[in-house]
Amino acid sequence: MAYVAIADRDVHLHDPQTFVTKYIWSQDHKVIAIQYSVTAIAVGLVALVLSGMMRLQLGFPNTFSFITPSNYLQFITMHGMIMVIYLLTALFLGGFGNYLVPLMVGARDMVFPYMNMLSYRVYLLSVLVLRASCVVPGGPTGAGWTLYPPQAVLPGTSGAGLGIILMLVSLAIFIVAFTMGGLNYVTTILQARCRGMTLLRLPLTVWGIFMATILGLLAFPALLVSAIMMILDSVLGTSFFMPAVVSMGKGLKYDGGSPVLFQHLFWFFGHPEVYIVALPAFGIVSDLLSVHARKNIFGYRMMVWAILAIGCLSFVVWAHHMYVSGMNPYFGYFFATTTLIIAIPTAIKVYNWVLTLWHGDIHLRVPMLFAIGFIFTFVHGGLTGLFLGNVTVDLPLSDTYFVVGHFHMVMGVSPILVVFGAIYHWYPKITGRMLNEALGKLHFWATFLGAYAVYLPMHYLGILGVPRRYYALGDTAFIPNSVHDVNVAITVAALVIAAAQLVFLFNLVWSLAHGREAGSNPWGATTLEWQTPDTPPKHGNWGARLPVAYRWAYEFSVPGARSDFIPQNEPPEAPGGREHGAKP
Amino acid sequence: MSKMIPDSLPIPAGLRGVASDWAADKQAFPVPWGKAMMWIFLLSDTFVFTCFLTAYMNVRISTTVPWPNPSEVFALRIGGADIPLILIAIMTFILISSSGTMAMAVNFGYRRDRAKTAALLLTTAAFGLTFVGMQAFEWTKLIVEEGVRPWGNPLGAAQFGSSFFMITGFHGAHVSAGVIYLSVVALRVWRGDYERKGTYETVEIAGLYWHFVDLVWVFIFALFYLW
Repeated sequence: MAYVAIADRDVHLHDPQTFVTKYIWSQDHKVIAIQYSVTAIAVGLVALVLSGMMRLQLGFPNTFSFITPSNYLQFITMHGMIMVIYLLTALFLGGFGNYLVPLMVGARDMVFPYMNMLSYRVYLLSVLVLRASCVVPGGPTGAGWTLYPPQAVLPGTSGAGLGIILMLVSLAIFIVAFTMGGLNYVTTILQARCRGMTLLRLPLTVWGIFMATILGLLAFPALLVSAIMMILDSVLGTSFFMPAVVSMGKGLKYDGGSPVLFQHLFWFFGHPEVYIVALPAFGIVSDLLSVHARKNIFGYRMMVWAILAIGCLSFVVWAHHMYVSGMNPYFGYFFATTTLIIAIPTAIKVYNWVLTLWHGDIHLRVPMLFAIGFIFTFVHGGLTGLFLGNVTVDLPLSDTYFVVGHFHMVMGVSPILVVFGAIYHWYPKITGRMLNEALGKLHFWATFLGAYAVYLPMHYLGILGVPRRYYALGDTAFIPNSVHDVNVAITVAALVIAAAQLVFLFNLVWSLAHGREAGSNPWGATTLEWQTPDTPPKHGNWGARLPVAYRWAYEFSVPGARSDFIPQNEPPEAPGGREHGAKP
Repeated sequence: MSKMIPDSLPIPAGLRGVASDWAADKQAFPVPWGKAMMWIFLLSDTFVFTCFLTAYMNVRISTTVPWPNPSEVFALRIGGADIPLILIAIMTFILISSSGTMAMAVNFGYRRDRAKTAALLLTTAAFGLTFVGMQAFEWTKLIVEEGVRPWGNPLGAAQFGSSFFMITGFHGAHVSAGVIYLSVVALRVWRGDYERKGTYETVEIAGLYWHFVDLVWVFIFALFYLW
């Protein structure tokens, strides 16, 4: 069968005509990306407020009567679940993935735009179901974001009835939405690139999103299965995860199930999920560093292989979350080994980022500040990961604030810094206007220093043995008084850092109308999204003709070239032969 | 893009082909988008069923009560003799036969034989419907005659019924979705949609899904009924 690649065909696009088809039921990947991003950030703000409430309780116990112990656990659960899944996964893949993938690979849109639109609608539904779980009788589940049975479905845990069921249903709906979007991203990257765009000419952003999406497509099934099984346990009274339980002196109907099975299924999803969030951040930060240091990324091929290696390894490390779960202790030997092996490709990436900066022409613009901030927080979070990856060191640190500090540093703060950097970087392309630089720098320093003020002391608390997820510590003998002072300090820092996000939100809205005109390529970047005929790009992205890629994405400061960057679509005959937007 | 590997190296032609596909621009596989996407979806769906079956095997070996013997539970009394697994054997035979008619439909599609393609697709869907019907009979028999419920049964471990209804139910939903999918494709073949479009690739894509559902059944059959 002779099959003609899409880049070689004439395609007629149907331009949307009415307001509704253009902005509401849009099939344009750029509009869908913005819908995804706005929804994700809106629900993320809810999670931010929840974390503020948790900090208020921890910093000033016995002060706020509206925070009861079961409220506190509900806040923890919702905060974790929203941040990991409904904010970060949706924003990186549904938001940045949708916006950047077709532009960066030189396509007019995702391969199946209608399905892409459905993906956002279904995601919105999952968010609504999640929000609905907060108003049903009993409130949302308070089982912790890991939703471990048997406590998640037993009375005594808040939201044990409708709360947990709606939570699981919402997750299942989210997985359907993600699958529709994810199939689009992977197929677009593999099959819809423009002429000249080989896989090894793709920007690392695309590589990161590509591998993260594959991880999602293979890891979310485990969450889907565990959600279905737990719904059955909760609704029909099956005993997949439920052992014989005596509750309030009364034997329950459950018998013979395996709680550890849930943990295996959950973490088979949960660990790749860490990299679903981290890999797009790795990719984006590589591009930010390269553009703003005016230097090609160090070791591009090694960066690609490291992304692939991390993706594969992430499927064989899951039980390092379960050292204290009661699984066979010998498993710890295997999973500690694989966990430490993952440090190798990760370290390769960190070295290459630093070497990209080495002798670069570093411009400390806001996206670059966030990118460099990411290197700090990520190295920090990665190093504490080595502590927790070793069984013997993990045992005393399990379920303490050390764990909280570690994962917030490595998969909370680090990806969020990249999200901010990416928004400052691509906002000019999305809206045609620059974000305010002074407000951006204020936002960066408050967020970056604030993150350290919040999470660094948590490591200290963890080493003291302060347990996490506790509503109040009370008069516990082994906890010194200094712990309370530290908690007050953390709470104050957390409230300041949360307030600093208002500066960012204000900047986003204000710059929409008042920002400086950006031009088509304000940073002097080489990748294809900066070479569109219109800014913001119109429906179909490229006008009459698709671009052709002649080179890789990192031609910065090429000796002898007229400009200090050469766009990917610049033909080789005339290197640096024409002007591209403002000089950086 | 064979320049990636010098001709002097003793590397098999197939491997060279793989290397040149992945080193190419525009696309990694010379197939339509829908087909590439279906393959990736099936990979994802494989993980769903793998998780179901692994979870089932886990509860089966860790449960505290003995597991009922599938050969006896799934036996039918025909002419005064208990024949183990006879219904499942017939269901399996029907589903695997439907893969055969599906493959023929794809073949006639690429030959542009509209009538035969549509007929074979409908035959495949009919086999699928028969399978689901027999599954409904099997469920009814278990629920009404044997007293098996998702939360417990008189035969042994409660997880027997839970796993059985969950896994065969999920697979049955796949078959039912496939029956609808194939019927829609058959209708479009009959109307001549693909004749006008110039390609019958949609028939092949539907075929990929159908073969996958059949393949999954083989694993369910082996791991649930034969173990």
